[in-house]
Amino acid sequence: MVKKSNVVELEDVVVKFVGDSGDGMQLAGTLFSEMAAFSGNDLATFPDFPAEIRAPHNTVAGVSGFQIHVGKRKIYTPGDMCDVLVAMNPASLRANVKWAKDGATILLDESTFDEKAIHKAGYQENPLKDESLRDYNVVKAPITELTKKSLQDLNVDKKLAPRTKNMFALGMITYLFNRELERAISLVERKFGSKPEVFEANKAVISAGYKYAESLESIKATYKVDPAPMEKGRYRNITGNVATAWGLLAASERSGRPFFLGSYPITPATEILMELSHHKSLEAKVFQAEDEIAGICSAIGASFAGSFAATTTSGPGLSLKSEAIGLAVMTELPLVIVNVQRGGPSTGLPTKSEQSDLLQALYGRNGECPVIVMAASSPANCFYYAYQASKLSMEHMTPVILLTDGYLGLGSELLKIPKVKELPEINPPLAKPNDPDYKPYKRDENSLVRKWAAPGTDGLRHRIGGLEKTNIDGNVSTDPLNHQLMVKLREEKVKRVENYIPEQTLVGEESGDLLVIGWGGTEGALISTVKRMQEENYKISLAHFNYIKPLPKNTKNILSNFKKIIVCELNMGQFVNYLKISFPEFHYYQYNKVQGLPFHVNELTEVFKNILEENKHA
Amino acid sequence: MLDKKRVEKSPVELSKKDFVSDQMVKWCPGCGAHAILAAIHKVFPEIGYKKENFCFVSGIGCSSRFPYYVDTYGFHGIHGRAAAIASGVKMANTELSLWVATGDGDSMAIGGNHFIHLIRRNIDINVLLFNNQVYGLTKGQYSPTTPRGGITKTSPHGTIEHPFNTAGLVMGAQGTFFARCLDNNINMMRDVMYEAAKHDGTSVVEILQSCVIYSEDAFENITSKEARDETQLRLEHGKPMIFGKNRDKGIVLSGNKLRVVNIGENGVKEEDLLVHDQYKKDPGIHRMLGRMQPPKYPIALGVIRAAPFNTYDRLLNEQIENAKQSSSIQCVDDLLNSGDTWEIK
Repeated sequence: MVKKSNVVELEDVVVKFVGDSGDGMQLAGTLFSEMAAFSGNDLATFPDFPAEIRAPHNTVAGVSGFQIHVGKRKIYTPGDMCDVLVAMNPASLRANVKWAKDGATILLDESTFDEKAIHKAGYQENPLKDESLRDYNVVKAPITELTKKSLQDLNVDKKLAPRTKNMFALGMITYLFNRELERAISLVERKFGSKPEVFEANKAVISAGYKYAESLESIKATYKVDPAPMEKGRYRNITGNVATAWGLLAASERSGRPFFLGSYPITPATEILMELSHHKSLEAKVFQAEDEIAGICSAIGASFAGSFAATTTSGPGLSLKSEAIGLAVMTELPLVIVNVQRGGPSTGLPTKSEQSDLLQALYGRNGECPVIVMAASSPANCFYYAYQASKLSMEHMTPVILLTDGYLGLGSELLKIPKVKELPEINPPLAKPNDPDYKPYKRDENSLVRKWAAPGTDGLRHRIGGLEKTNIDGNVSTDPLNHQLMVKLREEKVKRVENYIPEQTLVGEESGDLLVIGWGGTEGALISTVKRMQEENYKISLAHFNYIKPLPKNTKNILSNFKKIIVCELNMGQFVNYLKISFPEFHYYQYNKVQGLPFHVNELTEVFKNILEENKHA
Repeated sequence: MLDKKRVEKSPVELSKKDFVSDQMVKWCPGCGAHAILAAIHKVFPEIGYKKENFCFVSGIGCSSRFPYYVDTYGFHGIHGRAAAIASGVKMANTELSLWVATGDGDSMAIGGNHFIHLIRRNIDINVLLFNNQVYGLTKGQYSPTTPRGGITKTSPHGTIEHPFNTAGLVMGAQGTFFARCLDNNINMMRDVMYEAAKHDGTSVVEILQSCVIYSEDAFENITSKEARDETQLRLEHGKPMIFGKNRDKGIVLSGNKLRVVNIGENGVKEEDLLVHDQYKKDPGIHRMLGRMQPPKYPIALGVIRAAPFNTYDRLLNEQIENAKQSSSIQCVDDLLNSGDTWEIK
């Protein structure tokens, strides 16, 4: 046995596990990220799976992947290109080799590279035999065969062999990254502990993989990623969708308002509905409605009845909910609408990410119909922004649209676990029972917020609805001047929320050559790029927006301190157009991408440098 | 007074005037909706719940102005969505007496999906379905219950659509309660509404209502003085199904079909008639009764079905209680710290 002594220390590393749907790549990736988390690394992950549940075996369409970015520094994204690619069959190699860096290590299951599978993947020639992989450090291992062999001595079901080969690969990766095998086994035990036979099989295979890697000469070096300097505290790994669900629950608890969710399954938002349905012990009432419209309408009903209500969806569902959002605006009831954006229009790219619902969120309803629009910008901060959306919605008696996206919703990163009592207070404007002065549309002088009076409360009987009402009394009215007044009041009420949200912050100096502007799920890529360029002494800063309507009060001030402004979005320029309307006095460059893919640091760097260069020549 | 449910009772005796709102009623003079409103004003004090625990929800259409005219909590929603809105209200507060006012278009055209799913779930909500077989508020287009051939503003050559039979739709959607009544009989409406309030689950009360402007004679064949005794069968639980001016006709079950018989003819005696059992769980006879139509049959009025089944809202509360008792997650801090977590020191 040759013992490797060459240990390479890395700042950060991107590992991608890819295979056929059903090869267990999500599990292998999740366990690897847990190992990294327990070792103190910062990390971000992203699953990449096909829209089909089980596409044809061994085809490119059926490739499922899981990418993990771990580091000894703050990690902002799941990474652009990978340093290590684990490919369990020819199709997954073919689909993903373009995402491997030059010189990347590619670990292959050699057993699966038979003629049939190679052709099914669309290769003309066996990629292991031609020159196509010459720029990579290829580690070939007969993983399927060795997995079978390692199970031979165990008296286990033969069917377990194909289902445990992911563990063989994980065992090899565990060795490659100098992680403790015992740690890996204990994680496997946690996963399969309740099924002893399955656990024993997985344990045997992961150990065999580890030992095989140890003996392998083609592994010339192993890698080490030291712990990241992280704030003290308790941590967990969390996806954006779960974080969103928990943020809503935290807001319910903090406000004292029982939680209600009315939703309909839709990719990539379904996990929020699924997650919340598990929390009846927190009195979360979760209603899987017959359609998107019933989802939001039931939530509006629950909100009228005094619950803190939400509905969760993705773009096509937001379209269906438009009319009902208008009803919630008219009745001035709290309601959080979470839109986990995906590629559109129509069914579009359900499993891919885009930021193209911004204008729909801002304007996509009949009538003058203002709502608060916000966006989360990382998987973990979905918790905070869901909480904040809930707070603003309840305290200001208005619907809030919270935009996340598939990239945030399905991606994960580490969350420093907060304490609920340390979150900001939420004080919904509840009407007092038998208040003789209660009127449905009587408003607070400063915030213009009306009171919340739920059916069942003594002495506050009233009727509200979608027809225009008189201010204060709330009687049906078609009076022209009253309508104009109410339209203005609804707009002004949302505008005044700017007095209750934090000022916009900057990454970098308050003035400079280039202000990069982004919003929502692109924050990781934009921060990484801007920080890298700042290290290279470029005078560049980032203003990444989470509050969109209303905009933070200092927005104009920020824009005025830079020579150039570029707005980067995964759409055709929706936020930049909103800024142009809001602050027409500035010139905006824009960079837009609509490929269903996130921004990459290298592409952004090139764009920003080009704009700065142009400056020099001008 | 209804005491079976968990709805809080009124500490004082209420009367009709307690439920009359201060809003001007804007239906056409002579519209059947006025009578329906009068029946509600009459039956709510009898039901006896606290005023604040009644809540009306509606969609869009003439019927849907209803909440403004009852001095309870009320929510006037958007077209077709009353059932969905009401479902949310009821789930949020299962101790309300919740009423939906809807029409044939609101509930069975634009709101058809919500209507059938409300019924299927058996959420404890009372639906008053004003069926006038026409769109009144948009001024006279055909609806899902307009009889085939009906001439309306959008069917100048007669509709070529097969209409819904409301009872058939409700029972097809697993309905547990269905009643039918006429807008010209306040006492019958009152009785049926009381039964609807008493029933645990979704109660659908179809009120055959003529629109004085667009469908005045829609139910002429069953309401005219000459026809009504021979074409109306008033069902009463535990009583034989008898009708006719001289109470000489009845319904028997013949094979697997209902048949109209003349009492005294061919040896048919009153004892041979079918006795109405509104609580029967098997919907077979209820479905047949609901589908009866003149001229072959009389139309069945009163409570056709009131079968006892568990309600969504009760099961929801049970699941919550069970989860609260058995789960280790009692607050959001527990949730945040559940599963894999670790300390960075």
